[in-house]
Amino acid sequence: MAIWLDENSRIVVQGITGSEGTKHTRRMLASGAKVVAGVNARKAGQKVDDVPVFGSVTDAIAQTGANVSVIFVPPRFTKDAAIEAVDAAIPLAVVITEGVPVHDTTEFFAYSKSKGTTRIIGPNCPGIASPGVSNAGIIPADITPGGRIGLVSKSGTLTYQMMYELREFGFSTCVGIGGDPVIGTTHIDALDAFQADPGTDAIVMIGEIGGDAEERAAAHIEAHVSKPVVGYVAGFTAPEGKTMGHAGAIVSGSSGTAQAKKEALEKAGVRVGKTPSETARLMADIMRSL
Amino acid sequence: MDLFEYQAKKLFAEHGVPVPTGKTATTPEEARAIATELGGKVVVKAQVKAGGRGKAGGVKVADGPDDAFAKATAILGMDIKGHTVHSVLVEEASNIAEEYYASFLLDRANRTFLAMASREGGMEIEEVAATNPEALARILIDPLTGVDAAKAREIAVAAKLPEAALDGATELLAKLWTVFVKSDATLVEVNPLILTGDGKVIALDGKVSLDENADFRHPENEAFVDVSAVDPLEQKAKEKGLNYVKLEGEVGIIGNGAGLVMSTLDVVTYAGEEFGGKRPANFLDIGGGASAEVMANGLSIILGDPSVKSVFVNIFGGITACDAVANGIIQALDIVGNVTTPLVVRLDGNNAEEGRRILAEANLPVVKPVDTMDGAAKLAAQLAAAAA
Repeated sequence: MAIWLDENSRIVVQGITGSEGTKHTRRMLASGAKVVAGVNARKAGQKVDDVPVFGSVTDAIAQTGANVSVIFVPPRFTKDAAIEAVDAAIPLAVVITEGVPVHDTTEFFAYSKSKGTTRIIGPNCPGIASPGVSNAGIIPADITPGGRIGLVSKSGTLTYQMMYELREFGFSTCVGIGGDPVIGTTHIDALDAFQADPGTDAIVMIGEIGGDAEERAAAHIEAHVSKPVVGYVAGFTAPEGKTMGHAGAIVSGSSGTAQAKKEALEKAGVRVGKTPSETARLMADIMRSL
Repeated sequence: MDLFEYQAKKLFAEHGVPVPTGKTATTPEEARAIATELGGKVVVKAQVKAGGRGKAGGVKVADGPDDAFAKATAILGMDIKGHTVHSVLVEEASNIAEEYYASFLLDRANRTFLAMASREGGMEIEEVAATNPEALARILIDPLTGVDAAKAREIAVAAKLPEAALDGATELLAKLWTVFVKSDATLVEVNPLILTGDGKVIALDGKVSLDENADFRHPENEAFVDVSAVDPLEQKAKEKGLNYVKLEGEVGIIGNGAGLVMSTLDVVTYAGEEFGGKRPANFLDIGGGASAEVMANGLSIILGDPSVKSVFVNIFGGITACDAVANGIIQALDIVGNVTTPLVVRLDGNNAEEGRRILAEANLPVVKPVDTMDGAAKLAAQLAAAAA
């Protein structure tokens, strides 16, 4: 079992003819994911390898039964691509693109919310992978086999690191929610889905400085999540006022510090590792005790 | 990017938000000339990106040109919360009847936009929020409909602005929203927003933060960059397309992925505690590719920082295979040339064993491979301490 992405997932790639879109389409196919279509309004009728290209997401859905979109289009076109996916009422749209203006994200997120038919993951995220089952985005498919740990993370490489360190147990689904100030799917959304997923026994949650998403997730865990949760927060030593790579990763004044996030999580009963390796050990202990 | 007050007011004026007439000066002579041109009383305001300028003595009223010269002399060169004053804004003095507060900002928690407004202006808004929360109106803005005249009036009324200011504030708020949207701002703030003796509502101060992700549709923003505040290494890194932030320590950091690099900074800081408080010298995310060229660019920037005594290269091979990264490191050392600073390298993930084998075979004296992130951080801190 898995969340949001399973053996019935049929993927359409928006921006399939771009270099990133083509490269990752091939990687997804090689991992066994069902990439059934691509979209480029000017290249309808062509093929990328064996994947047919359609003029719109709506056409792609009608012709192939696609139900997951992965968006690789450049930042200046991302808003339109996301709105197109929402208008086609695709259930899941994964926005990989980095560098999307936050006004654009806020607008297409509000639009998706008003329609109520599309879950957006990202932007600026590595996507979602249910190891051994399907893979929508750029998460390397061969780090870990399937298993019963769920993972939700703001960071790409820390996700891969955690998957690698816990590969002996394997993962149900790994969700990279992205490091932008506004994102379509939050820690809380993923925590709820993992809590409800019979294929997930325990959850790793990776956060980083900036905003208060981890604090809100902590309060949510206390009230609604009974499965064991292990946490990690990056950026304890980040100075105030400097953006650390991700547009959303900034400590401003007393808000957004890693320390505050760690304390909130621990108060909610989440065991928080000081380093990624220690976090993995905490989860390994839990998995062995289950 | 945060703007100076004078830059914020320039944006305001371009979109029709009323602001006092004024110009910036970098010398007392210029301040005198501007005051002469404006005539009458003027205000001389330090241009620094820090709050509390008034309390620090960075804002002064001058009676005329000679007084403006004297006030500018006092303010230019001042230090306000660690920021040196390089320029002052000389503006016509306003006849203030009342002071209010207004802002539009990105509300991360609610994933939408937020308007805040208050009848209590002119002081730190955090203080109003803490001591008198009912006085601060917070109104969520639907990004799909934005702020029209009716919404602007709703905000002004919720802030309990007096009847005399309502029409002026409504008009100003609608225009301020245009500034927020058209310039891709994450914050536009007016504190104080004033009602003048003759019944006008104007923005007496201005604070704007812009979203750098939107720079591609705002080529004009380049003029806002404060060249004097840009670190030369950060500038060089930016030109090479690298994400580099200069920090205060001795251990240079190269990693792939923002989260992993942030985490590396933490792990190095913890490890450094054992060695007299050695700390990371920088944040540098070389991204997914980690090719020889990117690695060489990263290395040369880090080694350009004289405080760097050791370097920690922390790579998790996800999409990029570690054997390619190992070859990249070897070539990068060749490209940079004469590297004597020790390079602790941790490769994990995709093809890590092959990568480690390549490094071992190359047998370069400056390269110290370590298998784990924690172990590598410790060695990097230890080597930095030994070199000090």
